[in-house]
Amino acid sequence: MILTPLTLCLLLLALWAVIGVAGLARPTSLRYVARTLYPLGALCGIALAAVAAVSITWAPERLVLPFGLPDLPFHVRSDALSSAFLFLLGAAAAGISFFGAGYFRSGEGTAPGLLCLQYHLFLASMGFVLLADDAYGFMVAWESMALTSYFLVTTQHRIPEIRRAGFLYLLIAHLGAIAILLSFGVMQGGSWQFTFDAMRAAQLPSGWAAVAFLLAIFGFGAKAGLVPLHVWLPEAHPAAPSPVSALMSGVMLKTAVYGVLRVTFDLLGEPASWWGLVPLGIGLLTAMYGVVFAAVQTDMKRLLAYSSIENIGILFTGIGLAVVFHGAGMAVLAALALIAVLYHALNHAFMKSLLFLGTGAVLHATGERNLGRLGGLIRRMPWVAWLTLVGALAISGLPPLNGFVSEWLLLQAFLFAHRVPQTFVNMLLPLGAAVVVLAAALAAYVMVKFYGVVFLGQPREAALARAHDPGALEKLGLVWLALGCVLLGLLPAPVVGLLGSVTAQLGVGSLPQGASPWWVLEPLPDRDATYAPLVFLAAIVLVVVLTFQLVGRMFHRRVRRGAPWDCGFVRLDARMQDTAEGFGQPIRRIFQSFFAIEREQPTPFDRAPRYSIVVTDRLWRALYLPLAGLVQRAADAVAWLQQGRIAAYLLYSFVTLVTLLALVL
Amino acid sequence: MNPMPFDVQLLNALSALLLLLAFAMLSQRRIVTLVSLLAVQGVLLLAATLLLAWRTGETHLYFSAALTLGLKVIFLPWVLYRLIRRLGVYWDSEPLINIPGTMLIGLLIVVFAFGLAQPISELASTATRSAIGIAVAVILLSFLMMITRRKAMSQVVGFLSMENGLFFGAMSATYGMPMIVELGVALDVLVAMLVLGVFFFQIREQFDSLDLHHLESLKEKR
Amino acid sequence: MAWLTQILEVLAALVAAPLFLGWVNKCRAWLQNRSAPSLLQPYRGIRKLFFKDAVIAENASPLFRLAPYVVFGAMVLAAAIIPSMGTRLPFSSAADAIALVGLLATARVFQSLAAMDVGTAFGSLGARREMMIGFLAEPALLMVIFVASLISATTALPVISERLAVQSVGLYPSLAFTAVAFTMVLLAENARIPVDNPATHLELTMIHEAMLLEYSARHLALMEWAAALKLFNYACIGFALFVPWGVSTTATGPAGLLFAIPLLAAKLAVAGVGLALIETLSAKLRVFRAPEFLATAFLLAVLGLLVRLLLGS
Repeated sequence: MILTPLTLCLLLLALWAVIGVAGLARPTSLRYVARTLYPLGALCGIALAAVAAVSITWAPERLVLPFGLPDLPFHVRSDALSSAFLFLLGAAAAGISFFGAGYFRSGEGTAPGLLCLQYHLFLASMGFVLLADDAYGFMVAWESMALTSYFLVTTQHRIPEIRRAGFLYLLIAHLGAIAILLSFGVMQGGSWQFTFDAMRAAQLPSGWAAVAFLLAIFGFGAKAGLVPLHVWLPEAHPAAPSPVSALMSGVMLKTAVYGVLRVTFDLLGEPASWWGLVPLGIGLLTAMYGVVFAAVQTDMKRLLAYSSIENIGILFTGIGLAVVFHGAGMAVLAALALIAVLYHALNHAFMKSLLFLGTGAVLHATGERNLGRLGGLIRRMPWVAWLTLVGALAISGLPPLNGFVSEWLLLQAFLFAHRVPQTFVNMLLPLGAAVVVLAAALAAYVMVKFYGVVFLGQPREAALARAHDPGALEKLGLVWLALGCVLLGLLPAPVVGLLGSVTAQLGVGSLPQGASPWWVLEPLPDRDATYAPLVFLAAIVLVVVLTFQLVGRMFHRRVRRGAPWDCGFVRLDARMQDTAEGFGQPIRRIFQSFFAIEREQPTPFDRAPRYSIVVTDRLWRALYLPLAGLVQRAADAVAWLQQGRIAAYLLYSFVTLVTLLALVL
Repeated sequence: MNPMPFDVQLLNALSALLLLLAFAMLSQRRIVTLVSLLAVQGVLLLAATLLLAWRTGETHLYFSAALTLGLKVIFLPWVLYRLIRRLGVYWDSEPLINIPGTMLIGLLIVVFAFGLAQPISELASTATRSAIGIAVAVILLSFLMMITRRKAMSQVVGFLSMENGLFFGAMSATYGMPMIVELGVALDVLVAMLVLGVFFFQIREQFDSLDLHHLESLKEKR
Repeated sequence: MAWLTQILEVLAALVAAPLFLGWVNKCRAWLQNRSAPSLLQPYRGIRKLFFKDAVIAENASPLFRLAPYVVFGAMVLAAAIIPSMGTRLPFSSAADAIALVGLLATARVFQSLAAMDVGTAFGSLGARREMMIGFLAEPALLMVIFVASLISATTALPVISERLAVQSVGLYPSLAFTAVAFTMVLLAENARIPVDNPATHLELTMIHEAMLLEYSARHLALMEWAAALKLFNYACIGFALFVPWGVSTTATGPAGLLFAIPLLAAKLAVAGVGLALIETLSAKLRVFRAPEFLATAFLLAVLGLLVRLLLGS
């Protein structure tokens, strides 16, 4: 076998699977499984990322595997798009695996060895999703991804809520899978060949192409967590162990983005301009929905899950924008929007994994997920606190970290959207930009709440005093991801250059070549818009250091420690700080119509006053419960078939057989 | 960068101000201020008419300017002020949709109106054609104001502002309606105003309030 | 030449920012029939604070001590990006207008985090309110910048300013709308009446001040200076977008710079009077009217955008 990027990637994926199986050899030995196999998996991830980073500029390469379904060998293909996502998978998985090596302990539900198998099969199947080049291979990988992640979510399967969350996840994942399957069915266009090559060649009537596109948006949207299919996300993420949440949120959601991009820009050929409005509109709604709900959460992992919904919304907004531009024949802007999407996907993989792992470290150190019982951890867990701060600042879209770069690119694309020929579209698009900015600004609010309540202030429980930083492997994982956030933020121009080869290969277009040096990002040279984060960071560090030195030299550096002043109030205690509910109050008030709020307020005469507020999702009651009722009623209606007599069942079989024969003959 | 002649720019500025006024009315809870805003709207309309008359040299526009001055700037606001004082309604109660919500709907309406007016503007040959979208927007926004308010008084102001929008639209599309139509409309507005004035007193007599939700009790009981 | 402008701008901002604040305070006192404090009062306050011993809460983390430097640094950097005197700034290629907004947001986030660090009731209250104002003001500010960049087809602030400055004088209703919106954002972001009262001593109504309650001595001095710089920066953003005439451009050369300095002073003087007038004429809003206030600002900016798209003016 010749070693090409594609075969190397396949080998590494196989290696992941082998590592997983090796976990079964001594399933209960924590030292063997966690301290040996997970770091090996992490090294695999680094190798995969390296291969993908090199091969992103290479020509597409394909292969027919000697195995697969009976008579249907799997086709695989690596091109720039899959390389970009393979890089994301490898790089994020490396950090998460390092962390996982220190994190997983025995005695938490599933045995470590079995968990190791599920974990690494999950990684391998995600990789295979990205490489698959026919519908069969894709669906097999997609379903094994869903199944392995289901088992990972239900690691602590003895808790009924976690089983329920896992079931909800599986249900929505399968709804999505059916839609994806149907979409492939439409795209084969009568050739009955389910390779992606056949789909690329098929000439679909525009109506059918639109149907395939909408089915794909629905199917992949279910996996990604688009509103109204988002309900599984805030249930499944807190239920899973933190490295698994990180993997699901950081990487698995991106496979859905990959799927949409693959179908829209590669398989369907020429998308029409108006299609873009669908993901654009849903994306904006999702972004707002996610971030507004994130602001009122009291469980830190649920908060992060909602923040993932927001980011998925922004990604889909970008996809919609790219489709609109592409359909209108504006190649440069389409490329810009698509690069923004890819960049943001990459960024989100790093920052969200980092944040989830940070919560994992907090969870292990304190045993608490509830924001109302945390606080002040920056003094107990400085490593975790400062590294998480990087992630929190990055996801808030603050320069010079990475979240800002993709936001900047997306806004640049939005800013020139008024050249789109359709009048309505070019007037609505600036409003879209406004929503994106609002969501980003709200994300900063959410992150200040998250970080401030968990790490700053006074500890809200006495037990928090015993919290401490995690071990070296966990730190290594966190440092790896934080480093990713910083580097992606500081070196945008090379990254954009690499991602440019994706858009060029997809035939979307490419950005014009500018004359800027490598540290300056200048996507559209004729617009004069530049951004140079390295200079930016250097300047801010220079000013900070200079100010510090000058103030120290000219005056003095004396510091006295004293009790907090608090306007002269002496009996300060931790309960006087804002709780998570309190910090979310302005949002609850301003965006009242999003929520269904149940409030319990004490009267002035209560002896033991209790104040509680429960914020729930309106869609759950308005959409899911009626739907569930409908299904229940349908099931009841069908239930009369169940007679309990063998004769009746035999009759059913007989009737079916006769009908089918009559139809066929 | 700005090739338009100065008077067209001025007209554009006036129409933009009209749009701003429509939003100001949408967000205003004090009825007295609402009437003042209506008067200012009349003044802007007057300025636009005069500017257009001077630019095109059409004499009938001067007449309609005079009509605007007499009716919309002086007479109707005066009547409304008097009505307010006599009826003692100074504040509208809380609108049906809260103010930021109304504004948001208003924004979408503006986008819709602009999109709607685009093909019309391309057909029109006047220099002011880009203002048609604003006129349509003003009409629709006034309509929105009438929908969201509770007090009959604010609804009348909405009605009058709608008529202003119509007038402005006709002016920017075809340099004004024929004189006879304009006179007819003016008369209509006047009569409507008088009838409504009487109507107000009747409503108050009946319900001791001008709040329109009392009218809901007039429907047939089932 | 370009570097000279750059250095001059930063120095001018550092030196003139407290003076501008003093000028606004003086005008306000005059308008309210009070005897006015000296123009130099803000300098004296800052100097006095620098000499004092810093008292820090015993449970304050390093973040608390880092924040004043970061906030101050962000404001200085912002002053370097905004073309207040000349448009040929070597530094402005590092960040365009969107990055400038991001920079201001960074300062805000650090300030809020520092306010939550000690864990007092007022600190987290201030942080929460500041973030609330922030997330509403930021989109409005970006919309304002969007309108200007639609007109000038770029997001680089010096280029926007230059292109708006050299064109023939025209009426831009869209810019008028956005100017009003910008003024509202300026008031909200700089803790002025009607959103916040910089002179209040009632902790429950504070926004900006509540975040600084735990700071003392040099840290407080830096925070105060940063606040003055922020006001100065906002004023200069306003000048760059709405009255860009007179800044030194590539065309005017060194003489332009000589002309630009007194002109900037004149603009600041007028802006100070205007600000004092607004603050005197309006009453402070309840905290929960602030979202309505900012929503109106946002709406005006979006209207400006729509007007620009439809009328092309």
